[in-house]
Amino acid sequence: MTAMLEVARLEQRFQLSKGLLDRISFKGGIPRLRDTTVHAVNGVSFSIAPGEVLALVGESGCGKSTVAKTIARIYEPTGGRIRIDGEDVSTYGPRKMLPVRAKMQMIFQDPFASLNPRQKVRDIVAEPLLQQLGSGRRAEVSERTAALLARVGLNPEQAGRYPHQFSGGQRQRIGIARALSVNPGLIIADEPVSALDVSIQAQILNLMLDLRDEFGLAYLFISHDLSVVHHIADRIGVMYLGFMVEAAPRDRLFAQPRHPYTRALLSAAPTIEPHRRTTEIELTGEVPSALSLPSGCCFRTRCPFAWDRCAAERPALRDLGGGQSVACHLIDEPERDRL
Amino acid sequence: MTAPLLSVRGLRTWFHTFAGIVKAVNGVSFDLMPGEVMGLVGESGGGKSVVGFSILGLIDPPGKIEQGEIVFDGRDLAQLPEDALRRIRGREIGMVFQDPMTSLNPVQTIGRQMDEVLRLHTTLDARARRARCVEMLESVGISQAAERLGAYPHQFSGGMRQRVVIAIAMLARPRLIIADEPTTALDVTIQSQILRLMRRQIAEEGASMILVTHDLAVVAEMVDKITVLYCGKVVEAGPVREVIDTPAHPYTRGLIDSIPNPAHRLPRLNQIPGTVPDVRNLPAGCNFRDRCPRAQALCAEVEPPLIPKRGGQQAACHFPVAIGEPA
Ligand SMILES: Nc1ncnc2c1ncn2[C@@H]1O[C@H](COP(=O)(O)OP(=O)(O)O)[C@@H](O)[C@H]1O
Ligand SMILES: Nc1ncnc2c1ncn2[C@@H]1O[C@H](COP(=O)(O)OP(=O)(O)O)[C@@H](O)[C@H]1O
Ligand SMILES: [Mg+2]
Ligand SMILES: [Mg+2]
Repeated sequence: MTAMLEVARLEQRFQLSKGLLDRISFKGGIPRLRDTTVHAVNGVSFSIAPGEVLALVGESGCGKSTVAKTIARIYEPTGGRIRIDGEDVSTYGPRKMLPVRAKMQMIFQDPFASLNPRQKVRDIVAEPLLQQLGSGRRAEVSERTAALLARVGLNPEQAGRYPHQFSGGQRQRIGIARALSVNPGLIIADEPVSALDVSIQAQILNLMLDLRDEFGLAYLFISHDLSVVHHIADRIGVMYLGFMVEAAPRDRLFAQPRHPYTRALLSAAPTIEPHRRTTEIELTGEVPSALSLPSGCCFRTRCPFAWDRCAAERPALRDLGGGQSVACHLIDEPERDRL
Repeated sequence: MTAPLLSVRGLRTWFHTFAGIVKAVNGVSFDLMPGEVMGLVGESGGGKSVVGFSILGLIDPPGKIEQGEIVFDGRDLAQLPEDALRRIRGREIGMVFQDPMTSLNPVQTIGRQMDEVLRLHTTLDARARRARCVEMLESVGISQAAERLGAYPHQFSGGMRQRVVIAIAMLARPRLIIADEPTTALDVTIQSQILRLMRRQIAEEGASMILVTHDLAVVAEMVDKITVLYCGKVVEAGPVREVIDTPAHPYTRGLIDSIPNPAHRLPRLNQIPGTVPDVRNLPAGCNFRDRCPRAQALCAEVEPPLIPKRGGQQAACHFPVAIGEPA
């Protein structure tokens, strides 16, 4: 079966400033050239089958949104390959991307910022479809728009209103209706419930899973919230500083996390049943800058197990079987896994 | 029996806007004992922050404390003039907000801002003040504290800034800390560091804390007791484990069931239907009834009072959830 999405060794670098003068800094009177390349995504690979939900988790700045935006071709990848439903779109320009957008749509965290405030809801929802069909088929599109609004739980009679007249949860429903309009096989959802209250978050998560079942949708679901990810994902990829450090089926990742960073994330996540938690790894310090990656393993500066090999050699993502893969030298030297 | 450090009685804080009166806090009462940590929870718009601001005397027009008492250590803060409140803020009541830059001055060094607090609120001399600042920064986990005193807020990361704010809040050894969503903007590993830090600081100083947050999981990790707000009213209150394990109010129950729980995953979350009603236009009777699966005719007519239900638990509901009752 062709994967709905396949990403291989994806790389995204941002150049902060090109001017030489901007880059010079003086440290103790000695001029130095500052590093200005942001290493946002550093060789990330994964694939998503039709109907599958893959979640990316990790802390802010680890490159989740950049992965999403690069796949959606808001950015051009600086390296690697992106295949959507078998088609390599890595180098496509806007014109060639247009038919691909019928297969892949995106929804965002802040439905307010991502919806045009001056557009009526019916036009917002119809826009991707009109782009695909051309404006000659307005009647058909308007019928479909009403059906979509009803399907996501909005009153089609409110289609003439503007985004600010809706609550946060309703705005996210509008974003979902818009994404659904072209009947895509893949939806990229970047923190779609992070700005919502928990009762509304539950409504949206239920809706997204219902739609998945109904339309066989695949999701690339991005979130920093492990309990949300556990609820929605079939498989989970954990990112740190632009690297995928571990990937596994949901239950396996929660039951036997192998990467020290995954273990730390699971330890740190607050829960309404703290008495049940086994705090394993407590992290100190903060994430290094994406402007100057550590040598070797990206996590070694905060890893309680790190030894000299971790600074010398970057661990590759290795298949452990059962769908789990991990990038950590502890796999070779398990006797060091002691605190 | 010891007296409460803080006793809030019948607090009403309203905003008189052009679009109508927003009854943001509409009859809230609770007690906080010395050394006790209370979580003030509920969804956005419930009035959590306005309760905190009311206690701190930070309600500005068009907002007004219409009614009620805020008795802190024997004085009614609702009756005190602004200059008296200013002496209490920072010295007796410390504050931590979601955005550390609310509390920090971007153009002053950390050291200067910390020194200011001590100059205002203590009789320490310059050397003793400096020593206390260094000690405080170290205790919140900031290394090379003496050097960092010369740094500006923008030279710190978000997590570090929140540590500085906590250090400032604790400087004058206040007896009460009001922390409003202190870790909401932070990443989970940093959040867990900051929560651990706050818990330790509070315990060491024997201070009390009101932790305002929408996040029940954070509350479960941190507090002794919970007060749940909905539309400006307390719908449930009680010891943290009782409220979370056996919520009596259907709203509390709905909130807890909405949180995905990795320990037992349900195919569908038990969502609360609908949305929070417009606070300018609240229904008669119970504010929650339109979203409530248990609502009956009585709920539309009579507003349920907050009364003891079981153990230390209080709830404002005509038809509370029994222990063990399925959702
Ligand atoms: N347009 C951009 N220009 C420069 N740097 C960027 C840009 N977008 C993201 N970054 C940087 O790339 C890294 C990854 O960011 P992002 O993908 O937004 O992370 P996440 O979504 O996981 O929080 C960060 O260091 C961020 O500052
Ligand atoms: N300055 C203000 N003017 C008008 N309404 C306000 C003001 N501050 C808060 N409110 C309203 O008071 C209610 C409670 O707000 P708040 O205490 O911030 O809620 P929470 O902290 O629980 O999210 C909301 O409906 C909010 O819109
Ligand atoms: Mg992001
Ligand atoms: Mg608030």
